[in-house]
Amino acid sequence: MSKILVFSEFQNNNLKRSSQELLQFAAKSGAESVIGFSLGSQAGANAAQMAHHGATEIHLSKDAGFDAYNPELFSAAAAEAIQKTGATIILASASALGKDLFPRVAAKLSCGVVSDGVEITIVGDDVKVKKPLYSGKCFATAAFENSSVKIVLMRANQLPVVAADTTKTANITEHNFAKPNLKTLIKEIVKGTSEKLDLTEANIIISGGRGLKEAGNFKMLNDLADVLGATVGATRAVVDAGWVGHSMQVGQTGKTVAPSLYIAVGLSGAIQHLAGMSGSKVIVAINSDANAPIFQKATYGIVGDAFEIIPKLTEEFKKALHG
Amino acid sequence: MKIFVCLKQVPDTETKIKILPDQSGIDPAGIKWVMNPYDEYAVEEAIKFREKNPTAQVWAISMGPKARVSESLRTALAMGADEAIVINSVENTDALTTAKALSSVISSETGAHLIFSGKLSIDNNQSSVPQMVAEFLNLPHTSVVSKFEAGAENVTVERDVDGGAKEIVQMMTPALISANKGLNMPRYASLPGIMKAKKKVIKEIEFSSLGIAATEQKIKYSGYSLPQEKSPVKLLTGDVAAQANELIKLLRDEAKVL
Repeated sequence: MSKILVFSEFQNNNLKRSSQELLQFAAKSGAESVIGFSLGSQAGANAAQMAHHGATEIHLSKDAGFDAYNPELFSAAAAEAIQKTGATIILASASALGKDLFPRVAAKLSCGVVSDGVEITIVGDDVKVKKPLYSGKCFATAAFENSSVKIVLMRANQLPVVAADTTKTANITEHNFAKPNLKTLIKEIVKGTSEKLDLTEANIIISGGRGLKEAGNFKMLNDLADVLGATVGATRAVVDAGWVGHSMQVGQTGKTVAPSLYIAVGLSGAIQHLAGMSGSKVIVAINSDANAPIFQKATYGIVGDAFEIIPKLTEEFKKALHG
Repeated sequence: MKIFVCLKQVPDTETKIKILPDQSGIDPAGIKWVMNPYDEYAVEEAIKFREKNPTAQVWAISMGPKARVSESLRTALAMGADEAIVINSVENTDALTTAKALSSVISSETGAHLIFSGKLSIDNNQSSVPQMVAEFLNLPHTSVVSKFEAGAENVTVERDVDGGAKEIVQMMTPALISANKGLNMPRYASLPGIMKAKKKVIKEIEFSSLGIAATEQKIKYSGYSLPQEKSPVKLLTGDVAAQANELIKLLRDEAKVL
């Protein structure tokens, strides 16, 4: 029997879907206890949400000093929380924060960390994680050895989520974590231009490539994305051409994504791009070249002119979804 | 003043990965090995720093089978690194062991002012080693950095986070920075650079001499597999309106992703 600690993240006072997935998974895993752990004022105000999704005990610090992410501060607090709670299995999202934080925590605790998990099984103290290697060109199963604490960072949208049970409650323990002498100062946080979900968390992605001919034509994808609640991605070619920022790049030197639906528009499917998105559940390819490699990975394909098809799709989706 | 660059050699991004019959790993036959693309940004930033600070020395350091890994260190030397160290080890050491070894060597060399590395290596996709090295050396770190500016006693960097947002971070030196794409444009090695790099002696350190216990290896991979083959694509026909409606129907009723 093990104690599972779920590092929970909040956004706009809501427990992120990725954290809901992990808490609900932990609650079904047969663990002795499921510890919801979170840092900062949002955690303090919304702690009950962790219980609604399966936490049997909650450990947190409401200290607003945690509202901005600082690796030294967070890694010290997380390591202390893990030691104090006696948790042996740590689950967190493979978010920008999780991927930065937990390797440092693992070094503090001298334990193993596996990032970007897509499947996880927990039997007693045994943890196995399937993860993509070579940006998704292959998969392997990671197992822990000589690691009394096991840290797993899971990709978003890999585990099912059911509605929250708002009748559930859990004991809340507030902590006053020791603060190290900081050598890192967060001076400013510049918000992204998009309020949409990050590519790595998006459930639907629409990506464009050179077939869009120029930067301005990404507007067409943005319009469709608005209707679908999707996030827009891009190929390396158009990022290198300066049409869109690197944060939008999907592929081996960009983001590896696995949404439910991936719509590839005007992109041929270079091996580096396919590596980054072939884990998507359903792939739609829209390209004028019937021989483009993307059609070999696609579930559904339309050979044709994106400039005719995308506006029509946007119009029809609008009718179908928002009637 | 030393500027260390931790780099890794990985299969070229064009590589088609094949799995060994016993699924214990990937088939190394025919793989072209290159410097991890994100580490090129790290090397470039270190050299740019040295160009502005002539007393600085750029030390490239890597771990793995020395005959192979030395090639990527030669690339770093050809780009302009001053010195190179290879920690000769077997393949597939995990992040914690690798970070222990790198930090042990960096600390014994003394004089580290900055440490650069790529934000992740495109083979294991872990993004772990840089942060672990920082922890072992008790240094501040910022990962996924796309802008770097050095001051007298500190550095200011921009870190890319989810959704295109950025964090502006100031760190006291010595500090570790892991590089994202966009930090700079890595230079190509010049011919004189390549000639010079060929003559350089790469310092060799045996991993076994570092006294890192086998129990520091925490993660073991097995059961390698290729992604599931997809069934052939279903091509939609008819005019644009028919294709659009058919697609919506399929996504909703067959694929059930809407």
